[in-house]
Amino acid sequence: MSSGPLMVEVWMLSVDLLQEQKRSTSNDLMQTVTLIPGDGIGPEISTAVMKIFEAAKAPIRWEERNVTAIKGPGGRWMIPPDAKESMDRSKIGLKGPLKTPIAAGHPSMNLLLRKTFDLYANVRPCVSIEGYKTPYTDVNLVTIRENTEGEYSGIEHVIVDGVVQSIKLITENASRRIAEYAFEYARNNQRSSVTAVHKANIMRMSDGLFLRKCREVAENYKDVKFTEMYLDTVCLNMVQDPTQFDVLVMPNLYGDILSDLCAGLIGGLGVTPSGNIGANGVAIFESVHGTAPDIAGLDLANPTALLLSAVMMLRHMGLHDYGNKIQTACFDTIRDKKVLTKDLGGNSKCSEFTADICRRVQDLD
Amino acid sequence: KIKMCSFVRPFLLSVILTSMFSLLRSDPLLPPSTQQVHRDSLVCASQPPPAQYGGRHTVTLIPGDGIGPELANHVRELFRFCCVPVDFEVVNVDSTMASEDDINNAIMAIRRNGVALKGNLETNHNLPPSYKSRNNLLRTTLDLYANVMHCQSLPGVRTRHRNIDIMIIRENTEGEYSSLEHENVPGVVECLKIITRTKSLRIADYAFRTAREKGRTRVTAVHKANIMKLGDGLFLECCKEVASGYPEITFDSMIVDNTTMQLVSRPQQFDVMVMPNLYGNVVSNVCAGLVGGPGLVPGANYGEDYAVFETGTRNTGKSIANTNTANPTAMLLASCLLLDHLKLHAYANMIRRAILSTVTETRLHTADLGGQGSTSEVVQSIMKVKNFTVTF
Repeated sequence: MSSGPLMVEVWMLSVDLLQEQKRSTSNDLMQTVTLIPGDGIGPEISTAVMKIFEAAKAPIRWEERNVTAIKGPGGRWMIPPDAKESMDRSKIGLKGPLKTPIAAGHPSMNLLLRKTFDLYANVRPCVSIEGYKTPYTDVNLVTIRENTEGEYSGIEHVIVDGVVQSIKLITENASRRIAEYAFEYARNNQRSSVTAVHKANIMRMSDGLFLRKCREVAENYKDVKFTEMYLDTVCLNMVQDPTQFDVLVMPNLYGDILSDLCAGLIGGLGVTPSGNIGANGVAIFESVHGTAPDIAGLDLANPTALLLSAVMMLRHMGLHDYGNKIQTACFDTIRDKKVLTKDLGGNSKCSEFTADICRRVQDLD
Repeated sequence: KIKMCSFVRPFLLSVILTSMFSLLRSDPLLPPSTQQVHRDSLVCASQPPPAQYGGRHTVTLIPGDGIGPELANHVRELFRFCCVPVDFEVVNVDSTMASEDDINNAIMAIRRNGVALKGNLETNHNLPPSYKSRNNLLRTTLDLYANVMHCQSLPGVRTRHRNIDIMIIRENTEGEYSSLEHENVPGVVECLKIITRTKSLRIADYAFRTAREKGRTRVTAVHKANIMKLGDGLFLECCKEVASGYPEITFDSMIVDNTTMQLVSRPQQFDVMVMPNLYGNVVSNVCAGLVGGPGLVPGANYGEDYAVFETGTRNTGKSIANTNTANPTAMLLASCLLLDHLKLHAYANMIRRAILSTVTETRLHTADLGGQGSTSEVVQSIMKVKNFTVTF
């Protein structure tokens, strides 16, 4: 009778459920993350990250998507609809490096992603990596950069031949939003102070507005210390003593320069994680280095940047234990110096580096 | 007849002695210094010689705020001790006053004398936009278009990076510092960044001319033309145009965020750098931090007709004012640049040698260099170091 196939279905369902439970060590629900491997070394480092997450038994289900720009109705460039739908559903994304085409006719993919999901905050935690020596030790700061307006509005005019004006746009809403995010981040990550970086002595109205909003938001977060500092003073002090800074919040251009400066302090873009926070709870974590087409497919790439961004993602999702486990394993591998990729000063392959981290993660269990 | 003899001989003697003295005073008779290493003088061919009366130069001195007044006093003390033929015309500018009379007086004094030594004037950024930055006003009114900062690693100062020798040439009058802002809609502020072809060509030409005169081999233009395509694109185009006229000098360009990253990892790769105003601010502060801090690097602002010298990173040092802990090196080296500009090279080199030998003495380091010395100790030591005899 009909109970036979029904019994089989029930049996298959229970087997599935059991397998799901086995995959996650605790009773964490599997969360979906949209994975965008990217170009060049993107696919191999994404595979490395997936392997490490599997070894750590993190409750993450990956959904791979491609984001090559397509021309939508009305002639406007947009990302493929299945990628957008996946992101809207999962709210969390991990992205590898994307190629910026020069004469493809469409804007850079990063810009498109930013506009599509209104990624207003770029967060870069810069922590010195023990084992990867740079002249600066004990760096532990976070740069939070406003990502939608400021000097990068792209509004430029040629007034007369030989005279160009670029417009820097600062709005109340964007400034308030980024300040609120900065203080929330400081509170959630047990950070003691937030410093607003500005040049209000010269750009009185624009940076003045940004500062005023930061001050207003600071009133609601009395547990976090708020200071203001000129951009040039920050640069001067940063290269002499980076330990005096904690969380830095700033408009677009200063953020671009300072976040790269801080990345340089800890060893460059190959080891720096980065996260973009958008409206509606969307967050895309990415590696900010290039696609490195010369070593693509040769198993020589360093997955550290993407891995640390994935750790940032785990922390954002509240899975702190997994995040700490994977980060410890990664730092231990680098500190040990036995299996390092070429850019970190070693001679090993990407797969060997990944395997070592996987082994350490499993040992840490 | 006997009376006339007794009168004439001393008179003739005094005339001969005075003329010998004035000949000694004017530098062309003195042998040029063999130590070319730390010479930072650059004379624009088009600049007229500064005011000179009776063999003595008059220089405008604007003490400024914070540590400015005490450092200005040390400069005067040192010049008096070394018998430098410079008289300072002190013009005080009160930066708390809303009226611009003080700064206009200072500008007039600089127009009169042609040269100035200046401390930084504080700008209260909580005041409304009608109150403009006094420093910026001075620079734009006198059209001091080139800000030159030479960052060199000093032997006695311990820093994370060694062998740095970067010359930063920054456009000083336009770019983001145009102070043109408006609020069309409440809550939306627009700030204009102006880049013009004439000024970009001018600063690029200055950079290449300086590189050629100092025997430098490479000029790097710092920009963000991938984002600000028209503005920084125009700046880059002008630099390329000027570079074609200087084939012996290598020209390359670098995006500003990559530049800061390279500066903190491998600063030895840079030689001469030229850039618009805001990036110049960032890069010069990063470089000053790399060689030891704001207390060590002097800065110079050159225009067609005027030159103003100050500390490189333009800090008021409000928190350490009147505590006798400020590092006088930057201001004193700036005064040496001033002397070079006035063509008093022997005095300049003498004082510079004394300053640099004092800086290598670690027990005299001030707090910013990690020591416990006081400003007056440093200045006293500089005065003791060399026998201040003008040899010929």
